[in-house]
Amino acid sequence: MSSWTNNPILTIEHLTMRFGGLVAIGDLSFNVGRGDITALIGPNGAGKTTVFNCVTGFYKPTEGRIVMHRANKEEYLLERMPDFKISAKAKVARTFQNIRLFGGMTLLENLMVAQHNPLMVASGFTIGGVLGLSSFHKAEKEAVDRARFWLDRIGLLERADAPAADLPYGDQRRLEIARAMCSGPELLCLDEPAAGLNPKESSELNALLQYIRAEQGTSILLIEHDMSVVMEISDHVVVLDYGEKISDGTPDEVKNDPKVIAAYLGVPDEEVDQVEQEVGL
Amino acid sequence: MSAQSESRFVSAVKDSVAGGLIALALFSLMLGMKAEVASGMGGQLGIEYRWGAVAIAVAIVFFGRLLLNLFVWKSDKPVTGIMSGMMPKASSFSGLGKFAMPVFLVLAVVLPFLLMSYYGASGSRRYLDLAILVTTYVMLGWGLNIVVGLAGLLDLGYVAFYAVGAYSYALLAHYFGLSFWICLPLAGILAALWGIMLGFPVLRLRGDYLAIVTLAFGEIIRVVLLNWYDFTGGPDGISGIPRPSFFGLEFERGDDGFAAFFGLDYSSIHRIIFLYYLILAMALVTNFVTMRLRKLPVGRAWEALREDEIACRSLGINTTNTKLTAFALGAMFGGFAGSFFATRQGFISPESFTFMESAVILAIVVLGGLGSQIGVVIAAVVMIGGFELIREFAEYRMLVFGLLMVGIMVWKPRGLISTRTPSISLSGKAKGISADLVQEGHG
Repeated sequence: MSSWTNNPILTIEHLTMRFGGLVAIGDLSFNVGRGDITALIGPNGAGKTTVFNCVTGFYKPTEGRIVMHRANKEEYLLERMPDFKISAKAKVARTFQNIRLFGGMTLLENLMVAQHNPLMVASGFTIGGVLGLSSFHKAEKEAVDRARFWLDRIGLLERADAPAADLPYGDQRRLEIARAMCSGPELLCLDEPAAGLNPKESSELNALLQYIRAEQGTSILLIEHDMSVVMEISDHVVVLDYGEKISDGTPDEVKNDPKVIAAYLGVPDEEVDQVEQEVGL
Repeated sequence: MSAQSESRFVSAVKDSVAGGLIALALFSLMLGMKAEVASGMGGQLGIEYRWGAVAIAVAIVFFGRLLLNLFVWKSDKPVTGIMSGMMPKASSFSGLGKFAMPVFLVLAVVLPFLLMSYYGASGSRRYLDLAILVTTYVMLGWGLNIVVGLAGLLDLGYVAFYAVGAYSYALLAHYFGLSFWICLPLAGILAALWGIMLGFPVLRLRGDYLAIVTLAFGEIIRVVLLNWYDFTGGPDGISGIPRPSFFGLEFERGDDGFAAFFGLDYSSIHRIIFLYYLILAMALVTNFVTMRLRKLPVGRAWEALREDEIACRSLGINTTNTKLTAFALGAMFGGFAGSFFATRQGFISPESFTFMESAVILAIVVLGGLGSQIGVVIAAVVMIGGFELIREFAEYRMLVFGLLMVGIMVWKPRGLISTRTPSISLSGKAKGISADLVQEGHG
């Protein structure tokens, strides 16, 4: 039995999202295994980012249920929670397809903002902080240490005091992942983390994701177009097409699924008719 | 070469002639004819022709355009290029904050004594009054800076909170006889409450919509104050607002007054100096709290909100509450300043709280540089102090105001001091962040 059926961290059941008459996602169900790297793939417009937006609360799904099973046995129905609570309480963090850093703030500040909620409590909801209580200074120091750790991990420690908008594209991608990790998530959702990266950066990213999964114990759900990334690092692949799941399994199973080949990976022109017959189109 | 420069001269002249002709067509109606009730003709409407004024206006346009053409637009080395090279660079300003702050502070503290020794007790009163006015605007600017500069919420109705503060004190003193020192915190709390009440429904709006609703709120407060005659006195205002005391000592002649207690000769200037130090202390508290909050999670969340609201939500920040705290805090400082205004004037009416006030405060913040504390001080001194000093030319006030705005927009579109200082640093020597990278916020 696979981990995603035995011990899921996230279960998506009958998720449907309609925008007016357009069905972006139709009756989608899949699980994300705890401690897995799960890849969500599919052609452009298949509804991958819509799934992400439903999971992280930026859209309210029309129908369906999204359950987050936290390590401490708490369960959260994500479709009923406002977006900021999904990050704060259910511990689901995300990055964006078009990078959303705080460009005018330094790298360190970006990572400090990610630790807003624990720091807010430590600062006595600002009152203790204004009075300069020592408990806040201690919490702030810990937050800086955590930020320093992640900056070191992504190799940007020397640029800690530089504005985030000054970073090259690949570094911005990694900083966004580090920022999401600073919020202490149990599930990290990455929207096309390898988009626009060169091969070297792409392999660095793979190492970072492996590290996050192995050492931090954070499960990862990612959308990706880059097949080398998907096949190399993911344990579980879910394939979407036109808002519906067409395949679900290990990378090898998916790679050899004729439906996937027809819809996404592509076949030589002369084989299209044959494949379509096999699939039943 | 000479042929080229000649053709350049010809084309410049052609362009200027065209500009002059357009100016002639426009100004001959706008300036050249003036409808007037002619006194000699028994109240009949007549037209007065002013061709001289038209000629001057057209000449200004023609020669102005000619000069611009020759030396800026079509020149190989535009004069403006040379001039902008002489303008101070943004980076040289970042060090300014370090030195300017203490210098300004010391100057502000010793100002009354400087004025007293120079102009004498009676002569310095005018300047002290002006200093109080400027400091009030500095405080208002700093208060609004929290909302506009840090949180990036465009608030066009800030004067409403100023009015709430002023009327809170005036009404509490009028109906319950409470003293200034009790009313000062109450006025701040009431203004903050109004800020929260306005904020709850409004802060889901963004950008232009937020600006319009806050603008409307400012007007609503003023119109209510104007029409609720039984309670607020309407356009008559409230007079006889009690003056503040110095730890229970009133500033008046007699044995239990301030002067007698300290063995000084009674002088009306004592109260003015006291008021000056009072507003200076209040403004400094505003500054201190703001600077402190910037280094706390809430302040960082404000700035993050200005940079990218969606990213904030993805990191678990409750954006509604964060915006509300910014709004309420800004409103609170506006309320403090308002109750000071009431006690200084001794009389308030809705006329003091028009949209123009909001616009001036916002202009101070924007011209000074969004989020910059020292920029607000400079802008307030220039705009309020500068205009009061040229009172004789009050007619041209708006003209100068407009010119100043245009000048700032051309040379420093992000305000005088636009670099952002990081709120925390790992190496301890973080540089200021260039304004090009910092977002203004979209409400």
